[in-house]
Amino acid sequence: MIPESTFLASDPLIRWSWIWDHLEEIRTQTIEHFILTGIAVGVGFAIAMGLSIIALRFRRTYGPVTWVTGVLYTIPSLALFAFLVPYTGLSTLTAEIGLVSYTLLILVRNIVAGIDGVSPAVREAAVGMGYGRARLFLEIELPLALPVIVAGLRIATVTVIGLVTVTSIIGQGGLGLFILDGLRRDFYTPLIVGSVLSVALAVVIDAALAGVEWLLSPWSRMRMAR
Amino acid sequence: MSEASIRLDQVSKWYAGASAPAVEELSMEMPAGQVTALVGPSGCGKTTILKMINRIIEPTSGRIEVGGRDIQGLDPHALRRGIGYVIQQVGLFPHRTVDENIATVPKLLGWDRRRTERRIEELIEMVGLEPEMGNRYPGELSGGQQQRVGVARALAADPPVLLMDEPFAAVDPIVRVRLQDELRSLQAQLQKTIVFVTHDIDEAIKLGDQVAILDVGGVLRQYGRPEEVLREPANAFVEEFLGKERGLRRLSLIAVRDVSLEDGPTVSADAGPAEAREVMAREGVDWVAIVRNGELRGWVWESELESGRKVGDLSVRPFLVRVSADSTLREALDAIVTSHNQVAVVYDGDRYAGMLTLSRISENLVP
Ligand SMILES: Nc1ncnc2c1ncn2[C@@H]1O[C@H](COP(=O)(O)OP(=O)(O)OP(=O)(O)O)[C@@H](O)[C@H]1O
Ligand SMILES: [Mg+2]
Repeated sequence: MIPESTFLASDPLIRWSWIWDHLEEIRTQTIEHFILTGIAVGVGFAIAMGLSIIALRFRRTYGPVTWVTGVLYTIPSLALFAFLVPYTGLSTLTAEIGLVSYTLLILVRNIVAGIDGVSPAVREAAVGMGYGRARLFLEIELPLALPVIVAGLRIATVTVIGLVTVTSIIGQGGLGLFILDGLRRDFYTPLIVGSVLSVALAVVIDAALAGVEWLLSPWSRMRMAR
Repeated sequence: MSEASIRLDQVSKWYAGASAPAVEELSMEMPAGQVTALVGPSGCGKTTILKMINRIIEPTSGRIEVGGRDIQGLDPHALRRGIGYVIQQVGLFPHRTVDENIATVPKLLGWDRRRTERRIEELIEMVGLEPEMGNRYPGELSGGQQQRVGVARALAADPPVLLMDEPFAAVDPIVRVRLQDELRSLQAQLQKTIVFVTHDIDEAIKLGDQVAILDVGGVLRQYGRPEEVLREPANAFVEEFLGKERGLRRLSLIAVRDVSLEDGPTVSADAGPAEAREVMAREGVDWVAIVRNGELRGWVWESELESGRKVGDLSVRPFLVRVSADSTLREALDAIVTSHNQVAVVYDGDRYAGMLTLSRISENLVP
């Protein structure tokens, strides 16, 4: 655990010795933060993909799907955790349920929009050449929707990275621990370390996803005006 | 299915909720190895007919046979892999290179790599693309190039049947003519059973071995060879559809080499003014063309003749209108009138073949 330290008025904004002493802890919590985010976005993406396939196949379900995921999205995060704790306790499960539920609306919307954005001519040509439904989805529609889907993933990921800091309140790890600790003790150094690192994590992962998209869709960079 | 004719027997299509059928009890046969052009006003059911042949749309009633087999009994995916399909918007896969686009059906059919690659090479050449375009994405091609890839993709697995829905409607007129010519020479080699949908009667006449003229509701108003349809429109609808330029349209079915050309008012370069005047008088014109060693040198006005001088020594005017013996009378006529002239000089390759006059063309205007 983080050792006690006392607040002094003469304290500098950042006490480097504290950082130096807690390097290992910082490293562990950054990884923990990353893992919590990864699980949430991964599970969220899987569920969103399932919901999107249903919504695309049966258009009438799209309204209810966006309504439900929209409600989940609007519940304040603390309220949602508070609501879940009686059922699932102060557990990782509670944290992940909350985190996943925030990704769904963004991901479903972008997956559906991306696939709807595939040109009808492309779809007609594919069907006319003998593509079955599954292959059409996997080999044509998904790759073409990729830029829009990745855009959704980027927003979802950045949102979740922010929310993971809140899960510390229900006893989870991650960079939120430092923020919480800093606030509790009125000690700026961990607070700043936690904030700066979560922002940095968001920026790095966002850039990495952008890079993945860049690698996977060379065709979309070369499009001429047409 | 190598000899695949297409037969429609009492085929109807009612779209859900429509108050009238899009196609009603249509029966027709599209002969194997020939181009059947479906032409008619917008909404007459051309696309519906085409899509029923590859089962993108299921008919409400009736029977369709391809290569003698009822397509209702075939797996739709397998059926479609055996039928080339080209649409106006092309529908190339933007995320796949030209080569990969062309390989679509071979891949679906599970061809091995070497066979697919050889086929791609062959097709790129066949449709007149450069081999290095194979690595480009469709977004990097012009509209005409995209449609060439579309045709190559449809031909990839060498299907006996090709369905084309207004394939050239979206490209500019110059490219369109080139694509039409290319399709014609491609078809001369390949002899596919092609169903070609267009709303352009000139395109139908140019490309179709048969032309089917359809009215709203998929009603077949006339079906026959283009010259038959132009010569004898079966009814008022067809007559109106062919338009006032029916006579002119007939000209596009006749090649310049098929009419007897005139020698024209020509004299040898060694001739003097007297001989030249004689030729002009005989031909009833006030100009004369000068020939040396079978080559046409140019022409002069009667007023430019000089006594005591051979016509070959005069400075001559070049002929402005040269047409190839392979072009159609309509093209020749167009060339003549747009250059304010009376005659076109016809070349068969490099060889001077004769002169084509306006009056000779007009003889072909009347049936
Ligand atoms: N999916 C559909 N649902 C309902 N009606 C349709 C559908 N597709 C076509 N129709 C109707 O069927 C008729 C024939 O349409 P079709 O597209 O076959 O005409 P077309 O001859 O190809 O016209 P165009 O030259 O404009 O392409 C039209 O009245 C059209 O509105
Ligand atoms: Mg149409």
